[in-house]
Formats: sequence, structure tokens, C-alpha cells
Amino acid sequence: MNIFPVLPILVPLICALGCLAARRSLAAQYAIGIGGAGALLAVAITLFAHVWESGPAIAQIGGWPAPFGITIAADLFGAILVLMAAVVACATTIFSAGTIDEPRLRFGYYGLVHLLLMGVNGAFLTGDLFNLYVWFEVLLIASFVLITLGGERRQLEGAIPYVTLNLLSSALFLAAVGILYGVAGTLNMADLSLRVPALPRDVMTAVALLFLIAFGIKAAMFPLFFWLPASYHTPPVVVTALFSALLTKVGVYALIRVFTLVFTQDTATTHVVLLVLGAFTMVTGVLGAVAQMDVRRLLAFHIVSQIGYLIMGLGLFTEASLAATVYFLVHVVIAKSTLFLIAGIAGGLRATYDLKKLGGLYTERTWLAIVFLTAAFSLAGAPPLAGFFAKLGLIQAGMAREAFPIVAVALAVSLLTLYSMVKIWSEAFWKAAPAGAGPRDGGRSPGDAGARVSPLLAAPVVALAALSLLMGLAADPLYAVADRAARQLRDPAIYIEAVLGKRPAP
Amino acid sequence: MTLALAIAAGGLYAAGLYLLMRRSLMRLILGLSLLGQAANVLIFAAGRPVRGQAPLVAVYATAPSSPFSDPVPQALILTAIVIGFGTLAFAIVLLKRAHQAAETDDLDQMRGADA
Repeated sequence: MNIFPVLPILVPLICALGCLAARRSLAAQYAIGIGGAGALLAVAITLFAHVWESGPAIAQIGGWPAPFGITIAADLFGAILVLMAAVVACATTIFSAGTIDEPRLRFGYYGLVHLLLMGVNGAFLTGDLFNLYVWFEVLLIASFVLITLGGERRQLEGAIPYVTLNLLSSALFLAAVGILYGVAGTLNMADLSLRVPALPRDVMTAVALLFLIAFGIKAAMFPLFFWLPASYHTPPVVVTALFSALLTKVGVYALIRVFTLVFTQDTATTHVVLLVLGAFTMVTGVLGAVAQMDVRRLLAFHIVSQIGYLIMGLGLFTEASLAATVYFLVHVVIAKSTLFLIAGIAGGLRATYDLKKLGGLYTERTWLAIVFLTAAFSLAGAPPLAGFFAKLGLIQAGMAREAFPIVAVALAVSLLTLYSMVKIWSEAFWKAAPAGAGPRDGGRSPGDAGARVSPLLAAPVVALAALSLLMGLAADPLYAVADRAARQLRDPAIYIEAVLGKRPAP
Repeated sequence: MTLALAIAAGGLYAAGLYLLMRRSLMRLILGLSLLGQAANVLIFAAGRPVRGQAPLVAVYATAPSSPFSDPVPQALILTAIVIGFGTLAFAIVLLKRAHQAAETDDLDQMRGADA
């Protein structure tokens, strides 16, 4: 059995258990929480190198051959996402050490973060749809506790739509899995990919749309995204950064996986639906963001808007568009978590997240302003940052498919993204601090960062922004990686052969 | 039997969705619970259950003697029931705490997160 694809699930599990066992000692929590994220990064790099060298890595759990057992399969796309999750895990666990208060730590904050990571990595790596459902539940229950940890009234009220919609989505996912098994007789994704073309087309399209709704809720896709802006601004900012980086992206991952591997028999219906929903997701998300005056809510709407671009790449369904989607996914995760963490620092300095009450940060913290500009322009898509190449790739792919309406939408939304980023810039950084709005002006105290920005907060933010810059400067080699991942996605035969072994041609 | 199961699943879905759309927290819990059960009944029905023998393979045979029901959907349901129990337990505690904090059972009154 190949151990590499199992390690990114095993390491967070061990860390979570370690945090639980050592819950009396805060020092141990920090050590396991941050050290575990470092270990996860090492394991993720190893997995990525292995998959890059020798193709998809497969582990048949318990030695049961596919499709009878549960398969853990890391293709290049999965390995890239695991690596991305590990990078974000490192940044957020370090940032957490500077902002998360002691009661939350005592209630097992770091253990929950690692349980969440286990669920996320499991979802990225599993080769079985029912197992995917189980990993979804693992990450959901961890996220439920993380979003309510602390028990403030606004957290509890924000968690209600989050929990309800996610449980509804799980019930739909489960129903879709049940129907699919009833029709196809298997849930192994590689096996499904072989069997689905022979099955009744209309039934498969109906099942595919059921999956689209279930994963669409999780990915915060139009018109199913309302739970996200209603809940994401309530927990401490670092938790929001972690959620924005990983949770909706797991939904997008699941969409990409099933709509490239399993449901490709009726692209005229399913992928056109995806394109239309992607366009609406972009537009509604960015319009919501433009209207907001709270930094965290503004950024939460941007999550939705960026999901639209990812769905667009999947909907276009060419090798070029999928490569752009893979690159975009990594770029947006890094840019968004940087922005959320900057919002956390700014909010900690001013004890408010209201743009009207923020101000003067440029003169006071010039380095923070520069880091913000890097991430914001990357998100908006200005060269030479990563966001530019991501959007360029998507738009070129759209032009090649002659899908002009969605290209126009993508460009217009990009402009509005820039507008809302400029809004944060001018309100929080550029304008003079409003009179009497010094630190601690009686507003509610968010994760207390203190007047001096601790290196625990600054280091991850600067590192993530540097990574975003690097992704733009080294766009060529990184795009080559995304290209190869897309080729594997567009040609499922590689994945199928890796999971099921060599088969005679039908 | 398939027809009965289909009607049961449909009824559970209808009742669950109806309850979810009410404003009361209590009905929200019941709705979520019913939706989970509806999915389980649906999986059971989609697995084409038949009256027959246990799906055991006799000595020297290569397949169970028919008629038998596919045991996999039932295994899936067992897993789903356990997971659903855990998530529902969390949801109940969450709604109880939210009810205590907001001192109301009406979801429309809970605007704390939007303020």
C-alpha cells in the first residue's frame, strides 16, 4: 500500500488527538497546533513531489481492491489542493497563536482546526463518493464547533443558517449518492466514470443536477450562497480566514471532481447550467461586496464572487479553462486568506471592522498598507500578480470557446472587485483616522491584538502576500503544473487506470 | 414495497422542507431530522430491497443464492444514521444555546448577526 496519500489525513488526526490528550497545557496546544501544521506541510510537499514524479498515488484501504474497498487517490489536482491547505494551515495556526483567547484554546481550538484539516484533506484525496460524504461530515462538524466556539450571541445566531444549510446540503448529497448507487451499482468514482456513459442519460443528468445543488450549497454558488455572508463574519477573523480558504473550496473541488470524472455525458445541459450559475455567482457576490461597510462582510461577499470564476472555468470545460481554474483556485485561496488576516490586524488595532470608523492605517502602519495592496491587486487581477494570470487564463479559455457573454461578465466583475478593494483602501488606509477613533474607543473588542502588531500576526500575512507575489512572478512554471493537473482532469483515463489498474480497451 | 417506500420518502421530504420553512427553532430541528430520515429511506428504496435470503455466499459458491437484497445500501444507511445522530445532537445544543442567548424561538427576531 502506498502510504503517501494517507499521511495528509493521518497527520492532522494524530495532532487532533494530541491536542485533546494535552488539553490541560496551553504550551502543548501551541506546540502541537503549529508544529502539526508544519508537519502537514512537509507531508503535503512529499506527496506533491511523489505525484509529480510518478503519477497518481493510490492507497486501497484495508487492501481491498477497487471498486470494492475505499480508495484514497491523489492525482496532481488533489495533491496541489492538499499542499495549498497545508500552507494556509501553517499561516492560520501561527496567526491564531497571536489572536485566539485562552478560553477558546482551553476548549480545544487547535484540536478542532486539525480535525477540520483532516476532513478537508480526506475530501481532497478520497476516490469514493460515499467516503466523500463522510469527510464532508467530518469537516462540517469541526467547522460547526469552530464557528460557535466562544458562544457569543452573534456567533450562535450566525451559526444557525450555516448549520441548517450545510445539513440540508448533506441530506441532498446523501440522497444523490443513494440514487446513484441504485442506478450504477458502484460509488467508486473511477468505476462510475466507466459505467455512467452506458446508463440512461436523462436519469444521470437528473442525478448530476442533484449533486450540483448539494455541492453548490457548500461552494456558496448562486442562488444558494446566502448562508455565507450571514455567518462568516461572526467568529474570530482567523477562523473566517481558514473557512474562506478551505470550506467553500472543498465544495468547488467536489464539483470539479464529479463534473470532470463522472458526469461528462451530457455537458450540453450540466456544464451550461454551471456557466450560467457561475456568471450569476460572480455578479451577485461582487454587488453584495460593493454595498458593504464592514470589512469582514465585504470580504465574505468576495468569497462568493470568486467562486463564480472557478465555476466558470469548470463550465467552459476545456483543458485550458481547467488549468486556469486550478491556478485560480490556489491564487484566490492565498489572496483571500491574506486579506482576511489583514482585516484581523486592522480590526485588532482599531477595535472595529466598520470602514467608516477605520482610517489612518497608511501613515500608522505603512507595511500593512503595502501588504494589503499586494493582496488586493492580486484579487482584482492586476499584473504582475497571480490574479492577473489566473483571470487571463480564464478569459483566453472563454474566448477560445467563443463564450463571449461570460467573458464580458468576468471582466466587468473584475472591475467591480477593484472598486471594492479601492473602497477598503481609501476608507481604512488612506483617509485620516476619524476623530476620537483611537484604539479601544469603547467598541466591542475583537480578538485582542494589542497596539503593537505581534510578529505572530505579521509574519503569516507577509509570507502569504510574498507567496502571492511569487505566484505571479513565477507564473510560467506554476502554470505548467496547473496545465498538467488539468490534462489529468480532462483525460480521466489516467485516473481510472491508476485506481482500477490496467484494463483492456472496451 | 418500492411504492410504499417512495411514498414514505416523499412524505418525509415534504414534511421536512415544510418544517424548515417555518420560523420556529423547534420546527427547524424537527425538519432537519426528517430530511435526514427521508434520505435514508430513499437510499433503502433505491437499493431495490426484495424479500429473500441473507446475502451470504455458501461454501464453494461464488455468489449469494438469489433472491437477495444488496447489503451495501443498508451499510450506507447505518453510517448515515450514526453521522446524522451526531450532527443533529450538535444542532439541538446550538439551537438551545441560541434560544437562551436571544430569548426567543422566532428566527426572524434573531438579527444579532446582521446588526
